[in-house]
Amino acid sequence: MADNTHKLEIFRGLLKFRSNQSKIWGVLIFLSIVTIIEVVLGIVKPEVLMNIFLGAKIINWIFIILTLVKAYYIAWDFMHLRDETSGLQASVVITLIFLIAYLVFILLVEGNYIFDVMYEGFVSWNF
Amino acid sequence: MSSTISTTIEDEDLWGGGNQPFKSSYGKLMMWFFIVSDALTFSGFLVAYGFSRFKNIDSWPIADEVFNHFPFLHGVDAPMYYVALMTFVLIFSSVTMVLAVDAGHHMQKDKVTFYMALTIIGGAIFVGSQAWEWKNFINGEYGAVETTGGQIYQFVYKDNPKKRVGLEEIAFEIPDERVQHDSKQGVWFYNEPTLPSFTVDEIITGFNSNPDIVIKTEKIDEKGNKIILSREESLEKINEVKYVVEGANLVRNEYGNRLFADFFFFITGFHGFHVFSGVVINIIIFFNVLVGTYERRGHYEMVEKVGLYWHFVDLVWVFVFTFFYLV
Repeated sequence: MADNTHKLEIFRGLLKFRSNQSKIWGVLIFLSIVTIIEVVLGIVKPEVLMNIFLGAKIINWIFIILTLVKAYYIAWDFMHLRDETSGLQASVVITLIFLIAYLVFILLVEGNYIFDVMYEGFVSWNF
Repeated sequence: MSSTISTTIEDEDLWGGGNQPFKSSYGKLMMWFFIVSDALTFSGFLVAYGFSRFKNIDSWPIADEVFNHFPFLHGVDAPMYYVALMTFVLIFSSVTMVLAVDAGHHMQKDKVTFYMALTIIGGAIFVGSQAWEWKNFINGEYGAVETTGGQIYQFVYKDNPKKRVGLEEIAFEIPDERVQHDSKQGVWFYNEPTLPSFTVDEIITGFNSNPDIVIKTEKIDEKGNKIILSREESLEKINEVKYVVEGANLVRNEYGNRLFADFFFFITGFHGFHVFSGVVINIIIFFNVLVGTYERRGHYEMVEKVGLYWHFVDLVWVFVFTFFYLV
């Protein structure tokens, strides 16, 4: 198969690679940089990022967003979703996003509620 | 991919398997079905972890304090470095896998073989690292005690609360008659779980006679640090201790909340099992490449399909890494 069946652009065309191999290495470098940022943040834990924003620490939001970014590039470039039809992309991504977001919402709200109930003092665990 | 499989569909082929929804072959689509459903299984696990964590938001163990080992650096506090290394190993083996798939598109058998071999090695290193991680987790390092209410108390130095104290430093040895009961030793043909190295009495006596040591509780303060009791409070609380906990199993663990160890075993275990099966499948495909099966078939789509699975395993690890070790 010739290389021209692969879409060789990442970052919305900002970076265009000559061949599929060089794109793979490019994505590896990008994923490594993101992982290094995550690890450094996890070790340094800057005080500024420890403040709560929308119910979680800012640093945790950064971790989650960086994870989704990594997930996007793994799925799009390593799993070749970029080269698939938009129908297949949508069937995979929308299904997962919808079901997982629903699951996350339901269970985290419930977990939070149970915490509140126990915290209000109906149960003592400190004995 | 599609170039090697005829894409022109004759009318009579339409119901005979010649049709390709999404311009993707049957095998690849089925792999996508599997990946989507497996992704839901993993998100079930991770969301359940989130549920338990939100439920115990003020007492959940801090990952940096649990996973701080690095090979050959015994006793050095090295949080995260090892899992970061594992992440790099897995991402790198993912890259060699894409390179194998790419070489397959160009029908370069030698390159496919080489990259598949590298992928298998990467996967094996990852599984081995996970086994090492489990070994550390199960054996524990310092040990802790548990109260009737299921609270875990760890021990730290009063002057230096960052430094943990191991049980063997605290325990005051009291000679006693209690021995491990084996099935061969009594009328009843059952044995008992392994006894901890120290009895509760030894720990309490040792703790009372050592004024430098205080208790670190499970509870977390506003800044996200574990609450450390004063010496007076510690002396009061030590009398509530009922068990000595060393390491971790599915019932109790020395790190804190019981669910923490359960989720650790289930999530990383389930993921490790996926990596392991991935390695086995990769080995099978590797030998098929070696004997030229795909060369004769005319296309390397099989490599692409295991590649999809392998990247999926990598993708899951990215999430496990974030939610177990970072957040």
